[in-house]
Amino acid sequence: MAENLKTTLSLGGKEVHIHRDLPTVMIGERINPTGRKAVLAALEAGDFEIVRQDALAQVKAGAPVLDVNAGIPGADEVALLPQVMKEVMSVVDVPLCIDTANPQALEAALKVYEGKALINSVNGEEKSLNAVLPLAKEYGAAVIGLCISNAGIPKTAEDRLEVAGKIIERATGMGIPIEDIVIDPLAMTMSADHLAGALTLEVVKMVTAKYGVNITMGSSNVSFGLPDRKYVNAAFMAMAIQAGMTCPITNPLVTEIRTTVFASDLALGKDEFAMGWVKAYRKRKKTQKQERDLTE
Amino acid sequence: MSEVMEALYESVLEGERDDTLEYVQKSLDEGIAPDVILNKGMIDAMKEVGQLFEEGEYFVPEMLISARAMQGGMEILKPHLIESGIEPEGKIVLGTVKGDLHDIGKNLVGMMLEGAGFEVQDLGIDVAPEAFVEAITDDVDIIGLSALLTTTTFSMEATIKAIQEAGLRSKVKIMVGGAPVTADYAKKIGADGYASDAGQAAVLAQSFIEESNG
Repeated sequence: MAENLKTTLSLGGKEVHIHRDLPTVMIGERINPTGRKAVLAALEAGDFEIVRQDALAQVKAGAPVLDVNAGIPGADEVALLPQVMKEVMSVVDVPLCIDTANPQALEAALKVYEGKALINSVNGEEKSLNAVLPLAKEYGAAVIGLCISNAGIPKTAEDRLEVAGKIIERATGMGIPIEDIVIDPLAMTMSADHLAGALTLEVVKMVTAKYGVNITMGSSNVSFGLPDRKYVNAAFMAMAIQAGMTCPITNPLVTEIRTTVFASDLALGKDEFAMGWVKAYRKRKKTQKQERDLTE
Repeated sequence: MSEVMEALYESVLEGERDDTLEYVQKSLDEGIAPDVILNKGMIDAMKEVGQLFEEGEYFVPEMLISARAMQGGMEILKPHLIESGIEPEGKIVLGTVKGDLHDIGKNLVGMMLEGAGFEVQDLGIDVAPEAFVEAITDDVDIIGLSALLTTTTFSMEATIKAIQEAGLRSKVKIMVGGAPVTADYAKKIGADGYASDAGQAAVLAQSFIEESNG
């Protein structure tokens, strides 16, 4: 078993630590126009109010890190991504996960960021490794490594582990500390393949055992195309956390997701004196009361 | 509709592959014409599947097993269709554009198109614009482009441009889809249509064929 590693992200003076013994770090996924028509329309119109609201709400709900994606078909991401990040940083002070496949946009984003960001993402393809890793190194950022190779998404757990190994090897070979690499084993929908979830959990266990690195994933993917997604997502979230996932990219505004994360942390001994759980309960009661007051 | 045809329709709708195989064979044994078995027994059932999916009544796995049932039935039916000179509705070349490795949405579209009676050639994922251009032979009616990343939608645009530059734009209809794609974007890059889900893609493809048949 490899030793569990600690990834530290920061913005300004504020640090967030990701480690298997610490509470799970939810990376808020909402600031992303993909599949969210309202965000898409707002960004296209140059209106950032929805971005600021999303940032505030997610941090309030307990996301210590926010993912920021500004990929709009046909738009100038190199200009837009840093702009969206500035809007986010004007209302919250949490570290950001910079979500882009465009290396120019990534560099522009890293330039305006003061601290240690998390890059989302590099994958096992040569083109991606060569474009993204030098930027991670130059700007001292942590980086998410996606288990995708030139041949696509590997169909077996062993092959995904191998891609993770390749990314880790290349990054550390360039002088990027291994604790700055976060692996994404890829969560695929179980609606198209009922074994997809079990496969992902297997990869989480294997990567954890072999490298001890932190693990993320877009865990809500597993329920795409299924009814009652939130229950599936919650169950999968709990299992993934137990398997070794430490920083899911997820929607903290969904009560079932959030409470499952807190309850899982408690069950796995990551929540000292159960204070995380108790405080989350109190916050929920308060919000419910405020909502009642407003409607009465 | 005869009893056996009704049972066939029901088996496709329910995604009961073994039953579908049985009822296709029974229908043939009863002397029902292959094109009737195809259209009334299976394509109409798949249309209902697409509609139920669109209405939120059916879910992805149900669509998958219905398509699987129909594919099974087609294996039995195909030689009989060829023998009686029945042509497919049209031919579609399908693929996920360059730089994009997502295949689930594209596969669903392919299944629904097959379910609607089309011949489908699937070029796979990460397909270069040149590969789409090369695939446009005389019998191809429609090109379907899929992209699931905001960052690969530009490959869609590049593919349409490449088809234009090869002088083949007027030969095919182009339809696009995927999470980051919108109807506006489809129009902007010069596609002929946009479909929001796999059932819609089949409806759109049929409308293209009806249009060209005048």
